[in-house]
Amino acid sequence: MSATLPPVSPAPERRDSPSVPPVPPASPPPSAGSARADAVGGVRRRPSPFIVAVAFTVSLLGLLPLGYVIVTGILTGWTELSALVFRPRVGELLANTVGLVVVTVPLCAAIGVGAAWLVGRTRLPGAPVFAVLLAAPLAVPAFVNSYGWVSAIPSLNGLWSGVLIATLSYFPLVYLPCAAALRRLDPTVEEAAGSLGSGAWGVFFRVILPQLRLPILGGSLLVGLHLLSEYGAFAMVRFDTFTTAIVEQYRSTFNGPAANALAGVLVLLCLFLLVGESGARGRSRYARIGSGVARTPTRRSLGRLMPLGYLFLGGLFVLSIGVPFTSVVRWLVQGGASVWADGVVGEAFLQTVGYGLIGAVVTCLLAFPIAFLAVRYPSRLARGLESVNYLTSSLPGIVTALALVTVSIRFVQPLYQTMALVIATYVLMFLPRALVNLRAGLAQVPVGLEEAARSLGRHPLGAFLGVTARFFAPSALAAGALVFLGIVTELTATLLLAPSGTRTLAIQFWSKVNDINYVGAAPYALLMIVLSLPVTYLLFARSRMTSVS
Amino acid sequence: MIVGIAGVTLLGATACSANGATSGSTTPSDGSPSGSITVYNAQHEELTQAWADEFTKETGVEVTLRNGEDPELGNQLVQEGTASKADVFLTENSPAMSLVDNAGLFAPVDKATLAQVPDQFQPSSGNWTGIAARSTVFAYNPALLSEDQLPASLLDLADPSWKGRWAASPSGADFQAIVSAMLELKGESATTAWLKAMKTNTVAYKGNSTVMKAINAGEIPGGVIYHYYWYADQAGTGENSANTRMHYFKNQDPGAFLSLSGGGVLASSPNPVAAQAFLAFITGKAGQTILQTGTSFEYPIVDGVSANPALLPLGDLDAPKIDPSQLNGTLVTDLMTQAGLL
Repeated sequence: MSATLPPVSPAPERRDSPSVPPVPPASPPPSAGSARADAVGGVRRRPSPFIVAVAFTVSLLGLLPLGYVIVTGILTGWTELSALVFRPRVGELLANTVGLVVVTVPLCAAIGVGAAWLVGRTRLPGAPVFAVLLAAPLAVPAFVNSYGWVSAIPSLNGLWSGVLIATLSYFPLVYLPCAAALRRLDPTVEEAAGSLGSGAWGVFFRVILPQLRLPILGGSLLVGLHLLSEYGAFAMVRFDTFTTAIVEQYRSTFNGPAANALAGVLVLLCLFLLVGESGARGRSRYARIGSGVARTPTRRSLGRLMPLGYLFLGGLFVLSIGVPFTSVVRWLVQGGASVWADGVVGEAFLQTVGYGLIGAVVTCLLAFPIAFLAVRYPSRLARGLESVNYLTSSLPGIVTALALVTVSIRFVQPLYQTMALVIATYVLMFLPRALVNLRAGLAQVPVGLEEAARSLGRHPLGAFLGVTARFFAPSALAAGALVFLGIVTELTATLLLAPSGTRTLAIQFWSKVNDINYVGAAPYALLMIVLSLPVTYLLFARSRMTSVS
Repeated sequence: MIVGIAGVTLLGATACSANGATSGSTTPSDGSPSGSITVYNAQHEELTQAWADEFTKETGVEVTLRNGEDPELGNQLVQEGTASKADVFLTENSPAMSLVDNAGLFAPVDKATLAQVPDQFQPSSGNWTGIAARSTVFAYNPALLSEDQLPASLLDLADPSWKGRWAASPSGADFQAIVSAMLELKGESATTAWLKAMKTNTVAYKGNSTVMKAINAGEIPGGVIYHYYWYADQAGTGENSANTRMHYFKNQDPGAFLSLSGGGVLASSPNPVAAQAFLAFITGKAGQTILQTGTSFEYPIVDGVSANPALLPLGDLDAPKIDPSQLNGTLVTDLMTQAGLL
């Protein structure tokens, strides 16, 4: 919009970034302030009851998984529940899961910030190329990355293997928002520090790093939530977390009490992360105040440290992209044409694209009323509806899936094992991805334009479609793309809920990997990467767009 | 909660009109199978797909598979009850068949089908039947374990000297079936003690193939798996079994357990004629021959179809005598959960 920096608004607004995957917190309501002013200043009509009803229904539905965990916990009874929770096995899982989070999150943060600084603030030749390449790991699903590593080093197992694979898969979740934020920092603050005697390191630690607090925290939260919910990547290296244990219990008992008890503990861990992140944000303002455009930040020369910079960036790229890619290619070459020939590959591809497209469209449609209320009719209630959905999407897919399997078998049989139920689950899991983007896009459209169109005689709907919808179409596209990406690589919920005979790329990949048929799994791995790449690039491009040009 | 459920309905209506799995259509009046069936399949997908393809070729009946693990699909059927969309249930081991049978969800198997199967391979209830069999083995890496160091009995693996030296896939239905045999043969307290020792001794992998691969790579000296993983890999590239040998426990040891894969028709099947025909096909000459000549290397169980010549003959296994309908999978899962294995 205007050339000034988008105000990074204080606490409540920043509810946006957390639970959603790769959206750089740069995108939170860039000009929410102005839209809000419009809404307040303009005639405040009541929102359409239909929109309110949809927003309410979707949000209440979002409480289903959490409600399920609580209700089954109560129904199980304290005696049995405590026997299932307070046992050595749960202790092991807790140690593993907490250990994984405690080691991986700081690692991802350090690597993400370091990489963002190197590509954004140094004169390293080729830095712009690395800027794109380092977003690429997001196109490789963690379980495909794990498959690549296990193919290269079959003996990988345990905590450190889990840390290795998770770090390489998830560091871009910190890197992307940090890189975007770095581009927007006002260099004058750094220069002031420099003129007061701070050296390069001093400036980095005392000036730059504190200003990256929000993207680091937001990205780290995402990493943490991914760690808690990932199944395939850790199962492949025999590292047991709560999620892998729940899946095993599911395999042994369907939805037995032990699985539900573990799910309860896992949900508590998620809540702990969510609360911890919002508590750690603090109340400082990070927005640049002042008129005019900030200058483009200056880049530093690395001098003799340049080779080290290359080693870091190059090494990161080789480990996160090179290893899985090499493995996939190696198996593809070994398999030749025959692994593509059985017709299942094409079918799985089409089914996956179908689920992805339908899921993306439905999710965006259902997210729209919530985003609309949040932007045009901001209130405590609207914020409440919004946060419910963030909460649900922070729950691991296996928990959401267990809840929906049970509820649909018991209470809504006609929906059980239907495509509709799978789509509903995707909506619950990925709604915030759509919400964040739709909301930001909507906030950028001055409501005055729409009102002008109405005053010139357009029907309200026509005015909305002709003016507002056209402005925020790119955001809607990004929203849909993100949901699509989530669905393409979704494994556990699809396995549990899909109609019989469903074969998605992720399901087929996993079935082949379980038979240690790595050759047969390769085409599915490749296709998942191919489907994810454009979306990943879009993410990267958008993270740039929000920065000062 | 109620509003949430209303939400599900609304969402469903909004989402799309797909109505999921193909449900069976009824059979024409002449009694020959037609339409389609849904099979809850816990057997290896490749094997069941081979059966299904051949069956479709013979009868024109379309077969849709829902793949999963024995106890997962068994418990799922119990939860679904009579509203299940499944026509047929196939497992790798019998405990899950008993689970569904005890819940009263199976229709009696056609007499003609039962007549094809020897008595020892069917439960007394007559509500399901054996369809194939597999033998427990101890796979080992001869570079790490000499023949004289091999365990004489499965029970020996509880000994502290085996700590960290043997592998299994405790989360798998296969291993859980082996434990159910031990439970049947040795009782609950002996089994509980053995499982506790196992928790200390064993290295847990996910899947029998993975166990064998680890033994082959020398990560661990030995492990408890079923026989056919080894033969299937040998028949292929051998890349995951070349450095391994198999040790059969015999002597009616719990470790010589011959696990019976089962098949049954759901009482709620929308297409019982085609479902019964599928079961008859699997236990008939054509279906069993797929076991003999195919890549599954599981044992055929009917008279007149011998095992793949590469296998040790069924009669030489000296397996313990166990009534397949007595195996209790639920108790096994509970005991294994208590022992910290799950």
